[in-house]
Formats: sequence, C-alpha cells, structure tokens
Amino acid sequence: MHKDPDRVPGEPMTLNFGPQHPATHGTLRIVVELDGETVLKATPHLGYLHTGFEKLGEHQDYNQFIVVTDRMNYLSPLSNNFGYVLAVEKLLDIQVPKRCEYIRVILAELSRIADHMVWLGMGALDLGAFTVMLYGFEEREKLYSIFEKTTGARLTTSYTRVGGLMRDIYDGFEEDVRRFLNGFPKTLKEVHTLLTRNRIWMDRTKGVGVVSAEDAIDYGFTGPCLRASGVDWDLRKAEPYSSYEAFNFDVPIGANGDVYDRYLVRMEEMIQSGRIVRQALDNLPDGPINVDDYKISLPTKEDAYGNIEGLIHHFKIVMDGHGVQPPVGEVYCATEAPNGELGFYIVSDGSGKAYRIRIRPPSFIHFQAVPHMIEGGMVSDIVAVLGSLNIIAGELDR
Amino acid sequence: MSEAQQPLAVQKVQEQYPDAILDVSDARGELTITVRKDVIYELMAFLKNDSELAYNFLADVTAVDYSLMEDVLMKYDYARFMVIYHLLSTEKKERLRVKVPVHEKALSIPSMTSIWKVANWLERETYDMFGITFEEHPDLRRILMPDDYEGHPLRKDYPLRGRGERETFNFEQQNA
Repeated sequence: MHKDPDRVPGEPMTLNFGPQHPATHGTLRIVVELDGETVLKATPHLGYLHTGFEKLGEHQDYNQFIVVTDRMNYLSPLSNNFGYVLAVEKLLDIQVPKRCEYIRVILAELSRIADHMVWLGMGALDLGAFTVMLYGFEEREKLYSIFEKTTGARLTTSYTRVGGLMRDIYDGFEEDVRRFLNGFPKTLKEVHTLLTRNRIWMDRTKGVGVVSAEDAIDYGFTGPCLRASGVDWDLRKAEPYSSYEAFNFDVPIGANGDVYDRYLVRMEEMIQSGRIVRQALDNLPDGPINVDDYKISLPTKEDAYGNIEGLIHHFKIVMDGHGVQPPVGEVYCATEAPNGELGFYIVSDGSGKAYRIRIRPPSFIHFQAVPHMIEGGMVSDIVAVLGSLNIIAGELDR
Repeated sequence: MSEAQQPLAVQKVQEQYPDAILDVSDARGELTITVRKDVIYELMAFLKNDSELAYNFLADVTAVDYSLMEDVLMKYDYARFMVIYHLLSTEKKERLRVKVPVHEKALSIPSMTSIWKVANWLERETYDMFGITFEEHPDLRRILMPDDYEGHPLRKDYPLRGRGERETFNFEQQNA
C-alpha cells in the first residue's frame, strides 16, 4: 500500500472512528486500520439508530406511517412524506388534483434546498470552513420558518396525506417563498467565492473519494453522488412523477466523481430547484387539494360536523381497522429525494395496514461504498468523503 | 396474453430459460416476473448483460414473509419467503421486479454480489431481517442487529415489541 521504499515498517494501528464523533453526523462507526496516516482497511458498523421502521409499518395504517417517514431523512422530511404517499396513491391507483401536485413539488424542492444547505454547511465545517456553516444554516432557517408556517412543525412535518395534503398553503406563502428565492442565490454566490477557487478547499476535495461512473452504478449510487460521477440520471427527468414533466430545469452532471464534483453538483442543484419552485408558483392552479373521495381523504370539518355521511366517513378513516384500504397488490415507487432514489416497496393484503413496507434508503447504499472510497487514502479524507455523501443516520438504519 | 404481446424481457427470458418463469404480472405499469430459484444467478446475469434489456442497475434487494397470506403460499407450493429484486435499466428507462420463492426447508439463494457490488449490504440486511442465507456471499454477517442477536425481526412470527430483549438486557454482563 505504501509506496515509499525508505519507510520504517511498523504495526498497523486500529482506530475507532465514531460512533460519537463530530464529523459522523449521527451515530456512524467506521473501524479503520491505519499505516501511519494511510487507511489500509475500513469496516463500517451500523445499526446504532435502528428503530424498526419497516416492522412498524406493518402495524400502523397507511396515514399513520407518514409520521414515521418524517424521522428517516431528518434534513428533508417533506421529501420523505411525499415519496411515501406517492407509493400509496400508486397502490390505490388514484390521481391527486393538480394543485396538490404543485404544492408537493414546491415543498419537495424547497426541502431539497434545505437539505443541500445543511449538507454544504456541515461538509464545509468538517473541513474547517466555519463561515459557510453559518451561511448555510441561516438559509435553512428561513426555509424552516416557511415549513413551520405551512405544516405547523419545523422537522416533524407530516404534511402529506394519502390522496392530498394536511391543509392548503397559508396566505402569504407565495411572498415568503419568493423572498427566499430572491435571496438564497446571493448566499450561494458568496459560498462560491469562499470555496470554489479556495486553495485549501480544492486540495482537500479534488481527487478525493473518486468513484468512476461504472463503479457508481455497480455500487447503486443515485442522486447527486451518481451525477457527480458523470451519469445523467435523474428520476424527475427519467420517470417524471407529480407533474415534473411540466417544469424546465437542467440536471447538473460532474466529470470526475470526487468530493469537489459532488460539491459543485449540489450547488447547482439548488439553483435548479429554485427555478422549479418559481415555475410552480407562477402556474399554481386553483382548486381542491384532496381527492374527491371521502373513502380516502378526510371530509371537511363542515361535513364531519354538519351531516351524518361526513361524520361516518370521518369515523371510518380515523378508526383502527378501517381507514384507507388499498386492493391486494404490490408497488415500488421511487422518487428523487435530495440524496438519491428513495424507494418505497409496499405489499398490500387488502387490509387497512400494509403487509410489508420496504424502504430503499439512498444513505444505506452510499455508505456501503465508503471503504472503496477511502482505502488507500489519508485518514483526514474520511471526513471529506463522509461529508460529501451526506449519510443520514436516521435513514441509514431506519 | 399470446406470446407476441409479452414484454420483451419476458420473451427473452422465456427463450433463454424455458420453464424458469412461474408467473408474469404487469399491474400498475410494473412488470413483475416470478422465477424458479435454481436458475436465478444465471438469469440475473443475463438480464444485466443482454444488450437489448440492459438492466444494469440493481435498485433493491429485499424479502417478504408470506406466511400470513394463504393464497400466495398455495400458489407457490407453500414457499414461505419471496426474495425480491428491483432492477432498473438506466439506458432503456425501464424497471423490472424479479421475485423468487424460497422454501423454509432450503432457506438459501445464490448471492448477486459478484454481479452487482451493491448487493452486498442489501443481502446482508435481508439475511439479518429474515434469516435467508445467500450462498457465496463474501461477508454474510448481521448488519443492523447486534451479532449475538437471536431471531429475525421482520419475520411475521416475530412480535412487534420484541421477545423481551430490552427488559432482560444486562448492561454489566455486556461490558464484562
């Protein structure tokens, strides 16, 4: 492994990187075998945050499970809510109103920006750029204020429902979002001046953690990590869902598949998400946000309190053992979450609870490639590589 | 459905491996084939390497314990588990689900690790959660549960709240 012929041979040292380490962002653990500063072997250990989401899904009804999806990728809970209900709606074979689709897209893209902002801040902080962390978190804070006003919560949003949304957007939502959209590119520009041509940043990230396009597909990479390796694959373009075909946006592609390219791809993705949100706001249709079927979505309060049918439908949906009951069957529905392909595989036995819910988490699959990316590199590169993959422990262990 | 109307993937698999396919379904735009276990390794390599199909991307590997779904059990000769592969062709933009019935008596299936590296951890998780062994897997250990854990949590006979592991956990003994 070591190329220096004058090197004094010695015993390799074993180092426990994590589970409590400031650069692991949650409870990750990698046991690394070091020869000096060179990583000889890396063995990831996981499961510290395993909470049995998939098992829980078999014991909760379809709307209750939305709450669990918040806790998976806790940087962008709205994207998880969105991906999950899309799968259930595919299982039920229903089409939500256009207004609902557009609001979901707006919030999913805003949470992509929020996710990337935190990723940017934390990734830069790990490599010593403290200022960028503060810039990133400030922008995220503005978004979380919008999310809080829309959903009632900053993190545990649970905003989507099977067949619609919890409630419509508030008055003044559009102004708030537009104010954010006008402001955040300036922050990104400043980050570009701080990092993109920064000698230290380039030395720490260029040529580090390289994954070739072939390896990226072999290792199941998706999202920004796959695109940084030069593969043009974005589910929003390849398999458009929820009206994504109606928006114009570009998919940024990297060339070298190193940490630096993953940084550039994510920076550009935020700008593109801004474009999508702008178009969605310009063309936001009026109309209902829920499907017109009281067997799937809750009746309005006026109906539930005002007439007997409304009350019965309300009762049927919220009572244990009733609720939304999809036909027997199975679906796999994948969405382009901020980190990559977030897939839900649901098997229904026709009852009000899923027979099996499988979540395909992008973090789990990206974390698998970490040994491939850091073996042979320096110990300090581990931090750069982990930061660039944006491993979210809640999603990793579920 | 006559032969000519079958999707290309089904036609080609039938040509290459006659009698391998047990069932084909195309519900909700998702093509699913259920195949026999004995040819699964060759069949998956064929699906990946055939230039017209080009399922180059393994999106997911998981399993389902069908022990509470009587009609599925009866259809597949009382095979308790199904191992499920989700394939994707980035070139053709098509997806394919491959299901393989696995009997509890012969609880193993060939590993796909030598075809796709991503299969490694996905198969480890399936082993951890269901106890299905993957033959010739390079590193078949538990991944989410502790190494000394007994049982497989996603099996249908495993209770939601566990078997009392939390109540009887002895911290002193663990650290001794």
